[in-house]
Formats: sequence, structure tokens, C-alpha cells
Amino acid sequence: MDEVLDYDDVMADYDAVLGLEVHVELNTASKMWCGCTTAFGGEPNTHTCPVCLGLPGSLPVVNGKAVESAIRIGLALNCEIAEWCRFARKNYFYPDMPKDYQISQYDEPLCFDGHVDVEVDGQTYRIDIERVHMEEDAGKLTHVGGATGRIQGADHSLLDYNRAGVPLMEIVTKPVRGLGDKAPEVGRAYMALLRDLMRALDVSEARMERGNMRCDANVSLMPKGAAELGTRTETKNVNSLRSVENALRYEIRRQGAVLASGGRVKQETRMWQEDGGVTTAGRSKEQAEDYRYFPEPDLVPVAPSREWVEELRASLPEPPAQRRERLAGEWGFSELEMRDADAAGAIDLIEATVAAGTTPQAARKWWLGELARRANESGLELDEVAMAPAQVAELQRLLDAKTINDGLARKVIEGVLAGEGSPAEVVDARGLAIVSDDGALAEAVDRALAANADAAAKVRDGKVQAVGALIGAVMREMKGKADAAAVRELIMTKLG
Amino acid sequence: MNRLEILRATAAELGAAIAARTVTSVEVTRAFLDQIEAVDGRVHAFLHVDAAGALAQAAAIDERLDGGEKLGPLAGVPLALKDIFCQEGIPTTAGSKTLEGWRPPYDATVTRRLQEAGIVILGKTNMDEFAMGSSTENSAYGPTHNPWDLDRIPGGSGGGSAASLAAFEAPLAMGTDTGGSIRQPGAVTGTVGVKPTYGGTSRYGVIAMASSLDQPGPCARTVLDAALLHEVIAGHDPADSTSIDAPVPPVVEAARSGDVTGLRIGIVTELGGEGYAPGVEQRFREALDLLREAGAEIVEVSCPHFRYALGAYYLIMPSEVSSNLARYDAMRYGLRVGDDGARSTEEVMSLSRAAGFGDEVKRRIMLGTYALSSGYYDAYYGSAQRVRTLIDQDFDAAFQDVDVLVSPATPTTAFKLGERVADPLAMYKSDLCTIPSNMAGNAAGSFPCGLAPEDGLPVGFQVMAPPLADDRVYRVGAALERKLAERWGTGTLTDQLADGEAGAYLNLKEA
Repeated sequence: MDEVLDYDDVMADYDAVLGLEVHVELNTASKMWCGCTTAFGGEPNTHTCPVCLGLPGSLPVVNGKAVESAIRIGLALNCEIAEWCRFARKNYFYPDMPKDYQISQYDEPLCFDGHVDVEVDGQTYRIDIERVHMEEDAGKLTHVGGATGRIQGADHSLLDYNRAGVPLMEIVTKPVRGLGDKAPEVGRAYMALLRDLMRALDVSEARMERGNMRCDANVSLMPKGAAELGTRTETKNVNSLRSVENALRYEIRRQGAVLASGGRVKQETRMWQEDGGVTTAGRSKEQAEDYRYFPEPDLVPVAPSREWVEELRASLPEPPAQRRERLAGEWGFSELEMRDADAAGAIDLIEATVAAGTTPQAARKWWLGELARRANESGLELDEVAMAPAQVAELQRLLDAKTINDGLARKVIEGVLAGEGSPAEVVDARGLAIVSDDGALAEAVDRALAANADAAAKVRDGKVQAVGALIGAVMREMKGKADAAAVRELIMTKLG
Repeated sequence: MNRLEILRATAAELGAAIAARTVTSVEVTRAFLDQIEAVDGRVHAFLHVDAAGALAQAAAIDERLDGGEKLGPLAGVPLALKDIFCQEGIPTTAGSKTLEGWRPPYDATVTRRLQEAGIVILGKTNMDEFAMGSSTENSAYGPTHNPWDLDRIPGGSGGGSAASLAAFEAPLAMGTDTGGSIRQPGAVTGTVGVKPTYGGTSRYGVIAMASSLDQPGPCARTVLDAALLHEVIAGHDPADSTSIDAPVPPVVEAARSGDVTGLRIGIVTELGGEGYAPGVEQRFREALDLLREAGAEIVEVSCPHFRYALGAYYLIMPSEVSSNLARYDAMRYGLRVGDDGARSTEEVMSLSRAAGFGDEVKRRIMLGTYALSSGYYDAYYGSAQRVRTLIDQDFDAAFQDVDVLVSPATPTTAFKLGERVADPLAMYKSDLCTIPSNMAGNAAGSFPCGLAPEDGLPVGFQVMAPPLADDRVYRVGAALERKLAERWGTGTLTDQLADGEAGAYLNLKEA
């Protein structure tokens, strides 16, 4: 186990410098060089063809939609867009690469010299973007036998090339300095911003837990006031926003301990271990690997016309931060409410629900309350639960019309999620509507008063809080299908 | 048509006869299959003969023609396919042990276009491993023998295709040309071979050697046959990003016309002199005289950077080779050695590649790996690319002045089998004249221009034309072919071969 220092102690002597390399899998329908589907899953090696299997004689053809997505990402990150650039081959032997080289970009990236601002605790930090380039994903290796699921000790390995050739964008920052003690938070905020951006641009699902968005987090320490960068480590296997922050914090503490003991930080790849909350040493990078990059001779240069670039720029969506600010104003949400909604991935859903006629607060209540709980229980993202914003709006209308109450609404949600139809259909099918027959309700109240004479007496004596028990009894009698406020009013009237 | 009439006919004649139903495609196909059976034991032009498939294809064409369908001019005519073209379900080795037994699950675009034109594929022809060589001696399956002299090389890498034509085992053949692999075998076997403009024919499904140089092209015994085949295979292919989206140059029209009146022809000063066999230079000069007689104007042109072409080629080509051949790692297909359950992936990869590749392939992989290495890239790959640009500029400047450039296709005639095996550099020099056109990506062809007096072996005359002016190559080739036929009083150079002593061992005499 590596030694670590207290975070604040490290920060007292050192500044942390970040460098983030983010891979984003695009959501194009077909792969980068062939017509195969990019659909996730599928029987192994069924989403393949001679091209993405790298069979002898096969040749790549660039997916134009992927180039468009890359340019839009570049523009959203305030990058320059190359007038002319080429793909390059990155040569290395590994079985998950069918050609034993990856088609990527090297010294001529499509997008370069951008920047983006992230906010942490009210302070803005500028992240300079070095480049955004296009490349292809590799296949998936599964190591069989052996205890760890890793290649060491495995009996054999299985290869699935369904993912091979899926378009991948790599977004690389310049070294990010001047972060004070906020480097881990800034790292996380940057990833959250990229995620929001990818979704706003509709170029990627950007789900870290599924590997749509992957982060290699570089961090180094330099003594306060120094000009020269320290030796960095690159942490991989960082699969959530929280992990980005935790991994960076851990690496800072670990490197701090190494330096404090007079040691030297080793330039290496480290693996984030989610369970232990630590990083472990991976491949040493002291000897830079020689990938023998050279221009890909099977492809022609990419030369996006300026007219096209300007067209794409003009059609960019509103930047996520600006949109959030606008919506918070329109909805009258506090900063905290907005942050919670954002963290839950509920902003789009609330927006759609509001558009369907619900008040912002009511929409917020459902998405961050009952629906968030249900999503959490089923291990789903909020936008994956089987209830559409329009259905939430319908539910709220039923509630406003006093057709149902809060308790019944939860049963309606249950029905909708079980696929029993729209909220109104569920109310009908399950017979969940509030009983509006005054006679039936009055009888239930009478029975409840008779059966709970003690409580009735207390209320008569002015102990109004005892009314709860009476309401409860009535609601039980009515099987929940009554409006609690109406019940209360009736009881109070009867008890004078 | 009797057996010899079929074997000696041109592809154009066969196509016309099949269309006229004076002979069937099955009869023609069977005649060539019989010829292969009779002579290929000596020539070894073929690695795989698909008799059943060819006859079935021929029968299908016959049926369509009998049904009154109108097909192209080469429908029903057989062809020998270089073993570098993928053909679905048919063994395709590229001359390498590493691909022994591999059957592609798909057709190359060229293969598909051949079949769509009704051309009958007889089988796959021998070649230097992954097209690396000038003699077919680098084939993992043994060399091909030159029909003119069985102790001599048929050229390479497409020696199998060229030899199949000279041995009358096929009237048409397909080649690929990276540094001369169509033209040099054409030259040393007395046949016609054309490397189209880079991007003029599709590379999809052609097993890659060096992507920026490789180009499929037609091989035949006459200029018109080559042009007809060129027209079948050429044209834009969306599956090959480097394919040119432009109309196919009017090659057939040019081959039929052969009119060179007023055409300016430039002799490349640098492609001659020291190292060139006297007989080669003599026949080359005579050919120029004939073209002048035919109305062309002949001038000398200097292309000063051509002297660096071979050196630059042997940096760019191996660099691409080192990357293109990485995929033969035993993980998905091909030869797998040492997989005993104990060895690591890397060890199996390494052992398989060591066992699967021949010496020349390994030599080029090592050269290329070195040339691309960090720290050496600029000095080697980088400067080679700059030389490539200079060669391009030499061509551009020359084509400002002349319509085509010409040179001998090879410095010497066919050498003896084994003669240059131990001397790679001597072997590389076989492609001295052909490499510049690969570097620049323009069109070039080799045409028979006689036999060298000192050894009686064929000499090739090379014509180079600007990109997309492939028709000029055919125009000059056709003019030369006609003038030579007049002078010789026979048909083609290969007719002289058939009529001579070789006719006996090539099974070209009446029984």
C-alpha cells in the first residue's frame, strides 16, 4: 500500500497541475470506417465486416457524420478547425486491434487551440484545450480462467470486435495550472461539463459507467512558486465523475508523500481501484513507447470547407452553462435546487415536463423525488425510467384536479412503470380515483369516529393533533381513495 | 474453333466469337484449363486452379448468351487472377505461407467487376510473397518459370500472371503494380502490362503491400486486350477512399486508334546508359524510330530526381509494408505457430510471424520499422517523401513539354533463376525504370518491342503518361504494336514464341 499525506499538507507546499485526456464514443449509427452498426451489445463478433475485422485487402472509408460530430465538439470547445488534416497510423501489436495499428490523428488534429470555462464554488477556471482528434475504438478482450479476470493467470482470452472501429474522439487539455487546492473538483467539473456538452450536442450518450466517455487523468505536483512542471502520472480506469475527483485527490496525496520522503515521482500509468479508493502502479512510461506514427495512406485528407464549418457553428445548441442559468431564472430555482436537478440528470426532463404544462416546482418534485428513488432502486439513469415527461405532466393534472391524491399518485407511477398505460389509464384500470361520493365519505367518517372514540374526544377537547389518527382511519376505510384535506374538514365539522 | 485457334486467339477475338456463338465459353474455358493441365507443371504460373468454378461460370455465361442477352466484349473470356485479389471462398495466399489455406469471405472490387463483365476466372497466379520481388522467387510456393526460357525468371511480383499469358494458359490476366510488378514481368515475358493512374482502379480487396503505391492493372498479349480489360476494372469505387471519382480515360478507343501523329514523346535521359543491356537499348531505339515513322515527334527530357527514386522508394514502400503486414499476427486467421497453451500472445505472434514470412518480407518489415522509428522518421521517411514530391515535379515539368515519356521498361532482359537471390540490391534494380511512375501515381505501361539480339529474350518499352491520361499509354502502345507487326510479318511477340521452338514444350503444336 502506498503512503499518502493529508491533502491539505500537500497543498501547503505544492500546486497540482492537471492534464485530462478524454475519450468520447460517438453515437453515430455506423462505425468510423465501415457500415457496421455501433449498437452496444449483440452476440460477439456479429457487428463486424471485413473492414472492422481488418481482413487482408479491406480498406477504411471515413464516416462523414463522425467528422461532423468532431467539428461540432471542436466548435463547442472554442477550437480552431483545421482546413486540412490527415489521419495517422499508430502502430502497436495488441489482439484487440484487428489491424495491429489504430487509425488516429497525430500532428494534424481536426480541432485545436480551444478553451472552456468551468465553475467550482463560484469561481471560474479556464481549461485550455490542446486538441480534439478522431480515431477508432478497439475490440473487447475477455480473459477467461484465472482469479482476477486480468490477462495474468488467464487460461485464454476471448475477443469481441463488435466495438472495433466505433468512432472515438480524443479531447486533450493543455496542462491546467493555477487551481489552488481545487484541482480534483475542477477535474470533476470539467468532466461534468464535457458530459453535458456531448449530450447537448447529441453526439454521444457520454455515460462514463458504460465507457462512452473515458478519462485518463494526468496530474503532477510542482513546488509552490516553481516554474517547471513536475513528473506526472496518468490514472486510467476512472469510470465516474466522483472517481475523477477521488482519483485526482488520491494521486495528489500519494505523490505528496513520495516527494515529502525525498523520493521521485515515477512517470507511469496508474489504475484507479474503485473499491479500495486507491491507485495502483500500471505500465511504466519512463521509456516513451514508439508508435511509429505516419500519415494513413489508405485515407485522403479531411478538408472541411469554411462554409460548412460556419454552418455547423451557427447551428450549435445553447452552451449547457448558459442554458442552466437561463432555466434557473425561468423556473425560479435556487442555486441548490438547480445543482441537485443537474446532478440527477433531470434538467431536460423537467424542461420537457414544464413544456407539457406542469409548474417547475411540481416537475422538480416528481423527478427528484419518487422517480429518482425508483430509478435508483432499479439501477437506471433518470431518463431511462419508463415514464415520459408528458406522463408526469398528466399525473400532475390528475392530482391538481383532485382525481387522485399524493398517495394514489405513487401507485399510479407504479402502474405506469409496470407498463400498464398512461396515468389516466392506470387510474381507471386500478380503480385509484378518489371517491367523490359525499355519502360514502360521511359514512366512513361516522364509522371512524365511532371506532376511535378516544381520539374523537381529544379533538373535541381541543387537542387538534389527534385528528391525524382519525384521518388515517378514514383513509384506511376508503382504501386511500379520498382527499385527505376533505376528510379533515369533514371530521372537524362533525366534531364541532 | 479448334484448340490452337482458341489458345492463340486474342481476348477480343474470343469475346467476339463467344458473342457470335461460333464457340462457347465452356469450350474456350476448357481449352485453357487443358493447357494449364498440360504445361503448368513446367511453368508453375498458377497456385490454384478453380476448374469447377470456371466451368460453372462459363456455362452460366453461355446460358445467358443463348438466351439472347447482350453482354460486354469480354464476356465468357477466361482470365488468370493474381493471388493478391480476394475472391470469395477461393484460396488467396498473396504468395505467403502465412495465408496458406485462407479463403476470403468477400470479393475484391476488381474481382466483382470481372465477374460482372462475364469474365471467367481460371484460378490464382503465383507471385512474390506479398508482391515483394522481381522474379517470383520470393513466393513461398516455389518460383514461376519464364516460358521463353524455363531457367529464367518471369519477372515479379506478377510473374505468374505474365507467364500464364506467355504460355497461352490464359488470354487475360490481372496484376498489381507497386514498383513495377505488372510492367517488369510484362517486359521480360513479351507481354503487355499497364499500371493505371493511381486511384484509377480500386484497391479494395487487394492484399496491401504499400498502400500509396499499389495499383491493380491489366495484363494481356495485345494492347487492345489490355485496354478492354482496363475498361472493365477501372472507375470510381466508394469502398476505396483513394479511388478517383472521374470518368475512365478512353483507353479502348486509344488502343483501337493507335494514332500518334503529332504526339510529342520524351525520352527520359536518366533511364538509360550504364547498367542497361545493349540489346535492350538497341530495341528501345528501334522502337523510337518506328514511332517517329508513325508521325510522333521524339525529344530528350531530363528528370534529374529520378536517380533518387529507387532509394526513396525503398524507404516509403517498406514503411507502409511494416504497418500493412502487422495484421498477420496469428490471432484471427492465417498461420499460427507455438500455441501450446503455455506461451504468451506475444510469443505466439512472434513465432507465427517468424515462421510465416519469408526473408524478403522480413527484410522490408525491418527496414520500414527502422525508417519510421522516432528519431529517424525525418531523416528517412520524411526525406523520402520530399524526394517523392521532387519526382512528381520532374514529371509535371516534363509533361509541360511532352505528351508522354518513354524508357526501357527494365534495364536488362530476364535473368536466370537464382542469379540475384543473394543480392537484394541487384534485384531491386530490376525496377529502376518503373518506380518513378508509382512514386508519382501516373499511368504507365510496358509493351513488347522485340528480342534482345544477345540472348533472344523479350525487351519491354515503357510509356508513361500524366495522371488520368492512361489513354495516351495505350495510343503509343498500339502504334508500336502495329509497326512491329508490319516489320515482323507476324502478330505479337508471343506469337513468335509459340511459332518457335518453345511451341513444343508449351503444347502449342498440332498433336
